[in-house]
Amino acid sequence: MKKSLKQWVGVGTTVIMAATVVAGCGSTPENTQQPTPAAGATANAKPFAGKSINLVAANHPWADAIKPLLPDFEKETGIKVNVESFFEDQLTQKLTVQFTSGSATPDVFMYRPLQEGKLFYKNGWVQPLDDYAQKAKDYDFADFAKSAVGSTTVDAKLAGIPIITEQEILYYRKDLLQKAGIAVPKTLDELQAAVKKLHDPKNEMYGFVARGQRSPLVTQVSSFLYSEGADFTSGDKATINTPEAIKAFTTYGTLLKDYAPPGVLNMSWPQAFGIFAQGKVAFLTDANSLYKNATDPAKSQIADQVGFAVMPAGKAGSKPYSITSWGLAMNAKSGNKDATWAFIEWATSKDVVLKTQQKGNPGARASVWDKPEGTTGFPADLVPIIKESSKNGVDHDRPTVISVGEARDAVGEIVQKWMTGETNIQPVADKANAALQAIMDKDKTK
Amino acid sequence: MQYSWFNRNLKWIYTLPAVIFVLLMMLFPIIYTFRISFYEWSMSATTPPLFVGLSNYIALFKDERFWHATGSTFYFTIMALGLEVILGIAIALLLSREFKGKNIVKTVFLLPMVATPVAMGLVWMLIYEPTIGVANMMLKSMGLQPLLWLASPNQVIPSLVIVDVWQWTPMIALIIMAGLATLPTDPYEAADVDGATAWRKFVSITLPLLKPTIIVAAMLRLIDVLKTFDIIYATTQGGPNFASETLNLYGYVLGFQYFKLGMASSLLVIFFALVMGLTLFMIWMRKRLEGTSS
Repeated sequence: MKKSLKQWVGVGTTVIMAATVVAGCGSTPENTQQPTPAAGATANAKPFAGKSINLVAANHPWADAIKPLLPDFEKETGIKVNVESFFEDQLTQKLTVQFTSGSATPDVFMYRPLQEGKLFYKNGWVQPLDDYAQKAKDYDFADFAKSAVGSTTVDAKLAGIPIITEQEILYYRKDLLQKAGIAVPKTLDELQAAVKKLHDPKNEMYGFVARGQRSPLVTQVSSFLYSEGADFTSGDKATINTPEAIKAFTTYGTLLKDYAPPGVLNMSWPQAFGIFAQGKVAFLTDANSLYKNATDPAKSQIADQVGFAVMPAGKAGSKPYSITSWGLAMNAKSGNKDATWAFIEWATSKDVVLKTQQKGNPGARASVWDKPEGTTGFPADLVPIIKESSKNGVDHDRPTVISVGEARDAVGEIVQKWMTGETNIQPVADKANAALQAIMDKDKTK
Repeated sequence: MQYSWFNRNLKWIYTLPAVIFVLLMMLFPIIYTFRISFYEWSMSATTPPLFVGLSNYIALFKDERFWHATGSTFYFTIMALGLEVILGIAIALLLSREFKGKNIVKTVFLLPMVATPVAMGLVWMLIYEPTIGVANMMLKSMGLQPLLWLASPNQVIPSLVIVDVWQWTPMIALIIMAGLATLPTDPYEAADVDGATAWRKFVSITLPLLKPTIIVAAMLRLIDVLKTFDIIYATTQGGPNFASETLNLYGYVLGFQYFKLGMASSLLVIFFALVMGLTLFMIWMRKRLEGTSS
């Protein structure tokens, strides 16, 4: 088994290299006359006529926004784009299975850089895009937000191009704060005080809500962690049992344990936003990309009362995560790499990002955010919050390891134990830290 | 000549497709899983599967989460199966009587069974929602304290049992109703002559005669309850804090979230042996009981 797999990998690589060479020559004769296909979009003839590439997308608003634009791209380049769409989890499973079997399709796919990026990259499934991105004319890769690019970078290589970014922000009820005469909290201490003041469970009014479910909560507690000056890891060491980290976990846990609606242990974002939108909660922290769940009158009874604020500051200031939640990556085994890059270059170009962003998909290009027409898809008072959050944001919102699921369960358990009444939290954190360390050590052998 | 060969081997020829199917679709995966359970494999292209002998099994036996999942599996199975069998018999007895609108009632009873489990899970999640859900609204209207349902480590398994009972009791009822329809009438006539009460007739005639049917129904359900995955995954994903994590769920997490395929396989091998053992025990019990009742 061992030997045959190694052989297989070797043979596979050779075949792919051969295939890329062949693909470079193209299946249609006229392609051979185009030595620089990446710049072909501006060339007179259609450089990739007759080529087709496969895109695997998630059921995501970005995919809905890009699909109507595809005919333009196809007309411009002659590349036919075949699109398949899947639900998030199915997408990961489908890609994993397909790549494990060494498939050359899909050529390009949507992926979650912080969830699967390291796994995909370490397995050699994604094509590093540094050379493509740096060489492309007029592409202006420097325009992408640093933290967003940080999320899609693995081992100093660019594993994908950011398409959707998000930051953690504070949602609050304008009317309740005004009535109680409370200013919008700027620090975690102020937040706790305000939450306490507005918490009135007898009248079904709760101070705070956020994700309480073990694995989902990890991404949202991360901003608390950074703002207290901690992180999941530091270099090669797991650091979720440091005093700063424990402070962050217990702050988040206490807010949920003492001031959240009953049942918060089982809440992920749909439940948390659901109850916030019912008008039963004063404060909520979660990703800004989900704002429509609070401001859409069809979903929310308090649509016109929702305020946005930057993540309250801890000891180390306000440090929300500012990450790429979805990226576009190229299959390392794709037989149409240049055509695939042409697609990625187009889909993440300034023009297209402007168009997708106008439909409410927060992109990673600073120039688009700076244009007035680039922010029309968002509430006016959310835009400055997004801009400020992405400035001092951290580029990850979970431990960046290969086995993210296992690491998230380890971290989430600390908060959940605290929420279920464990008072001696240090041993719990030590145990979780050892588990995270084991996961990190294992990564190094891969 | 050829014709007679064909005729002689007819029973083999006709069953061949089924045999091939079973070998391919059932035996191969089982054997393959068994094999992987001795390897450490993380679905990585750069590190090939590594033979580790029994260490996956040893790691599992040392794993608190595995034992907790085993406990939860049995807790869930015993509660769900017990309730389903008792309620199933009661419903079957009720429905085997003649009354107006019987067919409508029967149809309504069978509805949960045909619903998609994941969709059902989502609906029950709303029902159980502590603040805005219907379940607590009902409790409050009866003057009772609201519960946390799925969000409490102690209440989560009983809450899931309610969902399972709601969905699958009709199946038990259906099988038992079929059994009731085949019961002979003379013992009842004799009992009537002796002036036996309804309860006495149920305990002394109906129940013993129904025993084989009940055991078959329970056995079918037992295997399914042990394997329950969809309802739990759709509602709690094993939470809060692993409280509703059963073996099947832990196996899924190990395999498809942690990518520890070797360890997931060894867990499934243990689970397979467990289900197999219980099934054999049920078959043996059935034979023994049938032996004593006839």
